Amino acid sequence: MNPEPFIPAFNWQQHVIAPWNAELPITLWIVLMGFFVTASCGLVGNYLILRRMALVGDAISHSVLAGIAGVIVFTGHLQLTGLFIGALISGILTTVLIEVIHRYSRVKQDAAIGVTFTSLFALGVILISLQAGDVHIDEECVLYGEIVFVPLDKTKLSIAPALADVLRKMPGAELYVIGNQLVMATDVIRMGLVTLLVALLIWVFYKELLVSSFDPGLAFSLGINRNVIHYGLMSLLSVVVVSAFESVGAILVVAMLILPGATAHLLSPRLPVIMGLIVLHAALSTILGFHTAKWLDCSIAGALVVAGMGLFVLVWIFGIHDGLLGKWLRRRQVQEPDSNELAEPVA
Amino acid sequence: MSAPNAKPENPVPLEIHDLTVAYHKRPVLWGVDVEVPAGQLVGVIGPNGAGKSTLIKAAMGLLPVSSGWVKVFGRPVKDNLRRVGYVPQRETVDWDFPVSVMDVVLMGRYGHLGLFKRPRKEDREVARKCLEKVKMLPYADRQISNLSGGQQQRVFLARALAQESDLYFMDEPFAGVDAATEAAIVTILQELKDQGKTLLVVHHDLPTAKTYFDSLLLLNMRVVAFGPTEEVFNYDLLQSTYGGRLTILSEVADAVGAKAR
Repeated sequence: MNPEPFIPAFNWQQHVIAPWNAELPITLWIVLMGFFVTASCGLVGNYLILRRMALVGDAISHSVLAGIAGVIVFTGHLQLTGLFIGALISGILTTVLIEVIHRYSRVKQDAAIGVTFTSLFALGVILISLQAGDVHIDEECVLYGEIVFVPLDKTKLSIAPALADVLRKMPGAELYVIGNQLVMATDVIRMGLVTLLVALLIWVFYKELLVSSFDPGLAFSLGINRNVIHYGLMSLLSVVVVSAFESVGAILVVAMLILPGATAHLLSPRLPVIMGLIVLHAALSTILGFHTAKWLDCSIAGALVVAGMGLFVLVWIFGIHDGLLGKWLRRRQVQEPDSNELAEPVA
Repeated sequence: MSAPNAKPENPVPLEIHDLTVAYHKRPVLWGVDVEVPAGQLVGVIGPNGAGKSTLIKAAMGLLPVSSGWVKVFGRPVKDNLRRVGYVPQRETVDWDFPVSVMDVVLMGRYGHLGLFKRPRKEDREVARKCLEKVKMLPYADRQISNLSGGQQQRVFLARALAQESDLYFMDEPFAGVDAATEAAIVTILQELKDQGKTLLVVHHDLPTAKTYFDSLLLLNMRVVAFGPTEEVFNYDLLQSTYGGRLTILSEVADAVGAKAR
């Protein structure tokens, strides 16, 4: 008997090259999905970090379960619109409940978050276990997600033959153009659209989000409605979470929300650069995570998060601005202060 | 409500009537009645917990009020926010926020821009001029976490200037700043006043209050006195504002005494 080793040997050809050749039709959709999930979560999560409400992301990603389960119990089936509406309701309900408990009792905000989302999550678990209607929800899938199934469900879209001809000339077109039809993984399309929505909303409301996150008092005096921004952000968060749900699950979404932003904040003190770095982090952790999962034959979603964590640790230690290594080195060689660092301009 | 033909021209910049604010049933402000005429630099003075910050926050509509109303240039404050500039206490914002000095000053211009609009060239020009005024232009591209306390306060002041408002509320702009910054702020407050703007400034330090402001609002939950500095800055009124707090009273005695001698 020759027991399989716990960690399989790494094989460049098998774990890195092959997925992009023979398995390309599957790889493409999984990697795209991973990237869209991580990027959209990271971009929304960045504002949670800026507004010091990272825990609220945690809360909403859990209580969204109750919304989804509720919709299934009351309608008996699982449809896309129902899913989004359920997620929106539970997301806003969570936000309101946290606010109400915090305001009308002695319970502090962090404890109010703890009370709210755990209860709603429990409610979701109960509703799911009822197994209402003709829908079967796999608890495991809800918690951990299964990105491997993403390429299976395809949407076909008929297009004009002329357009199909044009598209066919593009490299890699055989992956999504079949005859006069566009054939694409449904979940990936949806997640891509959600990512686009996130990017668009951030672009449109950039200055409102900025000022209300930095200085709510000033935002108020500028006539920017704090509640509109707050609940708008929470609604967007709910939509992102519910779309990301089936591929990475409720628990790992939390990591996707915070990790890219936390890493990017270590690297740059400028918001636009931070957003670029978040997208870069999303791309890198997706690729790294995907191949790690191929190598270890483990959960792809889990590997994605661990890869993102690895990038975070690397940046934390070797970061150019205030990496641990840099700090240690600087402490060893204290420089002569820059002259304009010293002088306060005198009026 | 005032009659329609009462005074359509030049309405009062700030009119506060019977304003009461309470936190958990405990009143912080009680029946505050104040009318501030245009072109006044008013210092809001009172002991800790007297409701100074609460007054300006409630006047702007930032806090829910239990009773009373506030009018800014003759209209409810929420309809006239465009004409109000606000400088919050420096510690209320996160100075590690990933923005530059220029970004912060440009936020003052947001009220002049529509929804979806980006700051234009002329907004940057205004922001640059405001930074120049507070002598912070060389720092325009700095990350805000690299600033000293005095520099942070100047950036806030530049942002308030960029708002180009007619009525300003400033919450402790002199708190924890160096002497040079304090002098710079005083100059700018005077300049704004000379341009006909109205300013309500929460202030902590009694001896300087006497020289910095034309009018003082002595506050301790209620309005103890409101009037020209030379009229209200006296031992009796300050004593009723500060109650029996010895350290402050001796400070007051020194300050008032110095004038009498």
